[in-house]
Amino acid sequence: MKKVFALIAAFIPAFALASESGVHLDKHLTDLTDTASLQRGAQTFANYCMGCHSLEHARFNRVARDLGIPEDLMKENLIFADKQFGELMTIGMQKEDSKRWFGATPPDLTLVARVRRPDWVYTYMRSFYEDPSRPWGVNNVVFKDVGMPHVLADLQGRQVKGTAQVAVGFDTLTGQEITEEHEGVLYLAEEGKLSAEEYDKVVYDLVNFLVYMAEPIAVERERIGWWVLLFLAIFFVPVYMLNKEYWRDVK
Amino acid sequence: MSKQQNTLMGWIDDRLPVTQTYEKHMSKYYAPKNFNFWYFFGVLSMMMLANQILTGVWLTMNFVPSAEGAFASVEYIMRDVEWGWLIRYLHSTGATFFFIAVYLHMMRAILYGSYQKPRELIWIFGMLIYLALMAEAFMGYVLPWGQMSYWGAQVIISLFSVIPFGIGDALTEWIRGDFLISGATLNRFFALHVIAVPLVIVMLVVLHLLALHEVGSNNPDGVDIKKLKDENGKPLDGIPFHPYYTVHDLVGIVVFLMIFCTVLFFFPEGNGFMLEYANFEPANGLKTPAHIAPVWYFGAFYAILRAVPDKLLGVIAMAAAIAVLFVLPWLDRSPVKSWRYKGWISKVFIVVFAAAFVELTWLGTQPANDLNTFLARFCSVIYFGFFLLMPFYTRMEKTKPVPERVTGGH
Repeated sequence: MKKVFALIAAFIPAFALASESGVHLDKHLTDLTDTASLQRGAQTFANYCMGCHSLEHARFNRVARDLGIPEDLMKENLIFADKQFGELMTIGMQKEDSKRWFGATPPDLTLVARVRRPDWVYTYMRSFYEDPSRPWGVNNVVFKDVGMPHVLADLQGRQVKGTAQVAVGFDTLTGQEITEEHEGVLYLAEEGKLSAEEYDKVVYDLVNFLVYMAEPIAVERERIGWWVLLFLAIFFVPVYMLNKEYWRDVK
Repeated sequence: MSKQQNTLMGWIDDRLPVTQTYEKHMSKYYAPKNFNFWYFFGVLSMMMLANQILTGVWLTMNFVPSAEGAFASVEYIMRDVEWGWLIRYLHSTGATFFFIAVYLHMMRAILYGSYQKPRELIWIFGMLIYLALMAEAFMGYVLPWGQMSYWGAQVIISLFSVIPFGIGDALTEWIRGDFLISGATLNRFFALHVIAVPLVIVMLVVLHLLALHEVGSNNPDGVDIKKLKDENGKPLDGIPFHPYYTVHDLVGIVVFLMIFCTVLFFFPEGNGFMLEYANFEPANGLKTPAHIAPVWYFGAFYAILRAVPDKLLGVIAMAAAIAVLFVLPWLDRSPVKSWRYKGWISKVFIVVFAAAFVELTWLGTQPANDLNTFLARFCSVIYFGFFLLMPFYTRMEKTKPVPERVTGGH
């Protein structure tokens, strides 16, 4: 039996966590029950992303309801003046204009977490680096030559790609960190408003919000799922007994 | 139930044979008493067909069949329609479980020789259902108008263009209704998906069952239960379908639903094999996805297609892989039906064939690198070898004697 499993395993390539370009992706431990995180993510999205990126399949009132944001607070902070509470989260920027400005129309992000997957978005938002050859002065490790500027740069600071000392482990005797010089790594040349940990947290919350956005029913779906399975498990008992009872006389 | 006079049922029966039909197909349809696990998948296929039709009707109420509106309308169903998400997931997960049930149902027929004389027509009707189901699933996948809908349609429809003498190009244009995949294609696929093909499938299912009830069900021993009857003319090894198999099937239905609901409520994307990630992006004719893969249930045939280096020969191989199934009843020359009494060559071939089909299914969803292409070729040879060598190995191998009565069971 063991041999059979070994054979099956040999046919299934390991699920390597890598993007199409083969770049290593950091894991995003999504938690859709963390309402505070989702609210902070929504706030970041409204402040930094929604100038260019719409959420055209979602509605303001649904987000407010799901994330526990009071209506007046939502209207004050997340809804632009010309929009109604029940409207779709579209934006004012014209697609023809943005295409001229950025080279490509900034995509709608309602479903981005389902298309690209959370790990990709989480890594992408932390992988901008300075590149003077690009129109906006930045490039991205996971999305080469992306047309998007680094909108969170003032939070993260100046990230550059180059040769730097990278921690590879600890000396077992002294407990000191062992570092090696690596090429092509990202490091901060200048800190932004936030520390590296704080910045990662901001991006974490933002991605958490985008995962919610891609499938708002996800938490409710699983909650109902447990009840459905419980019902089926209970229903199984009389069904099984009925079958037993009828088949008793079949010789 | 005999004919009753002066009752409502009697009145109806004088005008329409309701009781007679009920008895013929349910309460006096004698099925072998030794059905096992494999015999659940017929009724489960029917249940999934009912699920697809019902959820499909409700999806149609909010779906917008146009290139401009389709993608957004699916998200509208997922977000704004009350319980729309559940209806949509029932339909999308239902497609997967329909195919699981159908594949296991077909495997049952192969294991126990249910396609052999006198059940050739049942098998043919079943294969026609499978063919219609593939068309149905393919066109259904185009409707959400995501990237994989578009490019999947592009790949599959372009297969017809390999037909020579100028027919191919004219044919693809005729299927698409345009020079490329467009709203015209979406609209006609919608019409075919919700009306034409489901009607064909339902009618074929009726024929499948009528043909089955005419000759009676096979069983894991491949024994003809009609040979031995009691004094009332009832088969000794037969039991009425209702209530015995209705209550029996109910057990299978509940277990199947538990697995179905686990996937539906906790893994509705099926790890990208049921709802492909790229299909959450609207169709874009100018942007080809990096990796175009079919949904899992077409994987085997897609792998066979890609295993052949030449496009025309690849399409022929793929078509042959489906066509060869139709003639299966005439390839099997064994004097016995069930693999229980066939020789060891048949047993080995059946197991290896099943493994090759599973492996091909997996390979069809994966990028075609050197190793995968080699494995696909290897498994394709096994696939065709199983069928094409069948007339020889089933005839020359030594079979075991088949018992008079069915064995095992209850």
